Amino acid sequence: MAEPLLSLRGVQTNIGRYHILHGVEFDVAEGGLTMLLGRNGAGKTTTLRTIMGMWRAAAGEIRFDGRDITHMATPDIARLGIAYVPESMAIFADLTVQENLVLAARSGPPDQKRLDWIFARFEALKRFWTLPAGLLSGGQKQMLAVARAIIEPRRLLLIDEPTKGLAPAIIANMIDAFRELKDGESTLLVVEQNFVFARQLGDAVAVMDDGRVAHQGSMAAFAADSALQQHLLGLGMDTHQ
Amino acid sequence: MKRDWLPLLLIPALMIGALPLIGSPASWVTLTVAGLAMGLMIFIMASGLTLTFGLMDVLNFGHGAFIAVGAFVAASVMLALAPWMTADSIWLNLAAIGPAVLAAMVVSGVLGLGFERIIVRPVYGQHLKQILVTTGGLIVAEQLLKVIWGPDQITLSRPTALRGAFLFGDVAIEKYRVLAVVVGLVVFAALALTLNRTRLGLLIRAGVENGEMVEALGYRIRRLFVGVFVVGSALAGLGGAMWGLYQETVTAAIGAQVAVLVFIVIIIGGLGSVGGCFVGALLVGLTANYIGFLAPKVALGSNILLMALVLLWRPQGLYPVAKR
Repeated sequence: MAEPLLSLRGVQTNIGRYHILHGVEFDVAEGGLTMLLGRNGAGKTTTLRTIMGMWRAAAGEIRFDGRDITHMATPDIARLGIAYVPESMAIFADLTVQENLVLAARSGPPDQKRLDWIFARFEALKRFWTLPAGLLSGGQKQMLAVARAIIEPRRLLLIDEPTKGLAPAIIANMIDAFRELKDGESTLLVVEQNFVFARQLGDAVAVMDDGRVAHQGSMAAFAADSALQQHLLGLGMDTHQ
Repeated sequence: MKRDWLPLLLIPALMIGALPLIGSPASWVTLTVAGLAMGLMIFIMASGLTLTFGLMDVLNFGHGAFIAVGAFVAASVMLALAPWMTADSIWLNLAAIGPAVLAAMVVSGVLGLGFERIIVRPVYGQHLKQILVTTGGLIVAEQLLKVIWGPDQITLSRPTALRGAFLFGDVAIEKYRVLAVVVGLVVFAALALTLNRTRLGLLIRAGVENGEMVEALGYRIRRLFVGVFVVGSALAGLGGAMWGLYQETVTAAIGAQVAVLVFIVIIIGGLGSVGGCFVGALLVGLTANYIGFLAPKVALGSNILLMALVLLWRPQGLYPVAKR
């Protein structure tokens, strides 16, 4: 069996005096999209931030492409080809849309073909190219946050709740974009609350509960098992809209 | 973007408002140029401090040490080159001032590098400790200045070319103040160009807003911070050298004295905002000179009052930086 692109073993994270992750273990296979699901407060965001080195793992091991990244600094982790889209979006509000993307393109000016591909999916970014990002709507900020992560090819994208607060039309564009990315150059690990979105895109799923991964498997099997969803997510399928 | 011109309009509003109170146009011009010169010197000293706070949330109460060191180093060089300072040739005057200012910037910059490593770095993210330890750094620096240069004040004379005033009818404008305005504007233009037209500036602006996200994009914000800290210290050294020549005396307490104005300026401007720092510095300089002329007894408190009024209007300062 091929080695996973990302692997977490026994990862524990404390934030202040709070013990948030209690030994997280899961793998992300190369070339697909893994959904990280779970109730609010299960530790999903903490897991992504720990992978990025923004919060330090107190114990355990995180490996990316066979390399131990547990104690690496955030910029070094990013330079390995991992991009992160936080739940807060964290766009630079005082910078223009253009400046946000220019900054994210580390290797030089953004590639025009790549930009055209992004504009085709997130047209608003082209329209508001020279506008300060702080003036964009919530949905447009989310588009910019995702565009910033994919402005250059990255091996792994960590995306925290990309559909939060988005209009259905924008979600459809995001689904298209993620599908093309996972079929092409990138592997995606996406935290998501919208189960309809998760089911459409996910190849694999890891479900977190109380700082641990309670289930890992294929999305198809998980989507077919209502009882397991009820048990792990606490909600029926019809409420995951 | 719809620019926020309102704070900028305060400057001409203050100037125009002061004219009828002062009465004499000649005095008004003199005071206005003096206010602009003072403000721009404070801006030079404050610009680095506001950026270091914005980038790493570092409250450096020891910034005055770089100002004082700059003043002392420049004074030493100028005293060593006294014959050139007193010569009638502007070129010889410049040949004395140039190395003095350069030495002040280099020594303050190097001191800033050491200060960041030894004093600031261990207390990242701990505001109370930052205040205590950097204030301690300032006290130690002041005492060391007394050890090295002695406890007495050093009297400085401006170079021949910068003594006296330009006369336009009844209006007298000190030559040195004109130079201070020109240098201040050049520094502001250089900073504005760097921040708005270069990738480095883009990184600094983004880092001031959300350093953690800049790191997540693959940039090492701490290196950037050290660079900004050193440049800010060097600018403080430049400002200290200019302030010493402005006052024509240098004492070990010069840094702590000006640092009060520097902090007022960066708070008025909005912590982390260079544009706000520029506007705030001009307002402080003008207010100090106008009030000093109109009501000398309240001059000392005028800048505190200005800060209170600005914060009542805009609690985050004139140009608040969007923080994460």
